Amino acid sequence: MSAPTKVEVAELDDKRAETIETSRGMRSRLRRLRWGLAASGVFLLIVASAVFAPQISPHDPLAVNIRHRLAPPAWMEGGAPQHLLGTDQVGRDLLARIIYGGRVSLVVGAGSVLIAATIGVLFGLGAGYFGGRTDWIIMTGINVMLTFPFVLLALAVIAVLGPSLTNMILVLGVAGWPIYARVIRAETMAIREREFVLAGRALGMSHARIVFRQIAPNLVSVIVVIATLQVAQVIIFESFLSFLGLGIQPPTPAWGNMLGEGRVYMLNSWWIATFPGLAIFLTTLVINLMGNALRDWLDPHLKL
Amino acid sequence: MRNYLARQLVQLVVVVFGISLLAFGILHVLGDPVLLLLPQNAGKAEFERYRHLLGLDRPLYVQYGKFLAGAVRGDFGKSWYADTPAFTLVLERMPPTIYLTLSGLVVALLISLPLGILAALKRHSWVDTLCTGLAVAGQATPLFWLGIMLIIVFAVRFKLLPASGYGTWQNFLLPSFCLGATLAPITMRLVRSGVIEVMNMEFIKTARAKGLAEPAVVIKHAFRNACIPVITVLGLQFGQLLGGAIITETVFAWPGVATLTVDSIRNQDFPVVQCAVILLALLIVGVNLIVDLIVGVIDPRIRT
Repeated sequence: MSAPTKVEVAELDDKRAETIETSRGMRSRLRRLRWGLAASGVFLLIVASAVFAPQISPHDPLAVNIRHRLAPPAWMEGGAPQHLLGTDQVGRDLLARIIYGGRVSLVVGAGSVLIAATIGVLFGLGAGYFGGRTDWIIMTGINVMLTFPFVLLALAVIAVLGPSLTNMILVLGVAGWPIYARVIRAETMAIREREFVLAGRALGMSHARIVFRQIAPNLVSVIVVIATLQVAQVIIFESFLSFLGLGIQPPTPAWGNMLGEGRVYMLNSWWIATFPGLAIFLTTLVINLMGNALRDWLDPHLKL
Repeated sequence: MRNYLARQLVQLVVVVFGISLLAFGILHVLGDPVLLLLPQNAGKAEFERYRHLLGLDRPLYVQYGKFLAGAVRGDFGKSWYADTPAFTLVLERMPPTIYLTLSGLVVALLISLPLGILAALKRHSWVDTLCTGLAVAGQATPLFWLGIMLIIVFAVRFKLLPASGYGTWQNFLLPSFCLGATLAPITMRLVRSGVIEVMNMEFIKTARAKGLAEPAVVIKHAFRNACIPVITVLGLQFGQLLGGAIITETVFAWPGVATLTVDSIRNQDFPVVQCAVILLALLIVGVNLIVDLIVGVIDPRIRT
């Protein structure tokens, strides 16, 4: 198979060069760790605001108020102080909708990453440990899935199943496994050759016991890092599907469908599309920073 | 080289087969075409009649065989909506998508090549820090939101560029920048790490030792070798790039395959969706093959 060589060439990553200049590399790694710590603080705030949305939200996210429709943010001319980020086309408070919208994004992100990681880790372990025909079949599956643009796959499946929260979690979860499988497979192949695995075989351990008790624990940090970074990706995809109207359906607030509605009004009311997008940006940014820091902390030599 | 080519071709056939299976399965296993085609209040007899008419009452493998036999000849059935062959409809929309993808690629290279090389040559300088910052921010920016922001700033506010449409060079500016800017971060990182890796190699020392001027060392010796991982990854990224083009098209109302696909999903026009998905996947597979061949030619290490 040609795939491993391709991947190896692709992974002439900055990590390897970094080790040459260790002291400077260490300094930038420390900086990334510090950024990651700050980012996780922000992330906790975002999670808290989503969890405690009913308590902290200034308004009901579904409350329509036609008289206050399309009000600009409070600091602009014509803005009302009770609507900090302004209102949308039917006068719903944008800040309240953004706070509630975070719930959808986080639930979809966590749910589908759990599904994708479970499938991907199982396939990756199987392919890496057993090799041979199992490996060939799973690798072909990975190649097919990675060739397919993820967006297109998700669109096609949603079109058949119909848009809903559960379907979206399922689709993004089932479509996301190849990334985990590819990395886990490579790591498993390396660990399989280690002496403790050989010792396990010699002691007569079953394959399942070796895979799950001996190999899998070594992969936890890799899985955590990929999963963290994938949450950000999933949140972006979820909002894109909702943006197209194929995800979370209005009036339920989600950052994606708010953006989609805001697009219609962008000629005069820029804030409707801008703030939900900023929320997506901020969330994915802090998750990515956390993921990078985790990678440095848990496994500095990990190439992703 | 012949061996390498043969392996690539086998892989290609397998992947294409897998994609056709996936595209067929999404419609026929996950959903029921007749349910999508007929109104919900249609009688049971009507369903059965249509099922027979479309050959859906036969076993799945027979249907798949028919589908595959048709697909090979470019026959994906007629559009349920427009009464023209799906293949013609999709093919008509292909050029705009390809132009958008290519111009996005050009923009990405224009941004990432100079910045990546500069960052690599002046490691840990402000250029390097700026690049890292840009890359982190770029990876967190949802493409469709960036597109809307670009429209709001350049089309609505300053009225410099058209917000949508197709035909003149002005129409290309916003979409291709939008697409290129999202691919640039990852390319930039790879260029940077590729150049760093190469600059530490022995032949660079040799080139310097024989008295070559630094620009000649960088351009002739370092850059050419750094190209290999960049080309490989650009090839692997092509699927993502096309996925990005899909998102870009929907934001800028670009008359390409993606807009057609999304419209067809809304109209539940499945022959067109199937055809578009398969043709786009074929395009990606084809580009990947070409990239593999190019890399095989310029890097003899991979051929074996």
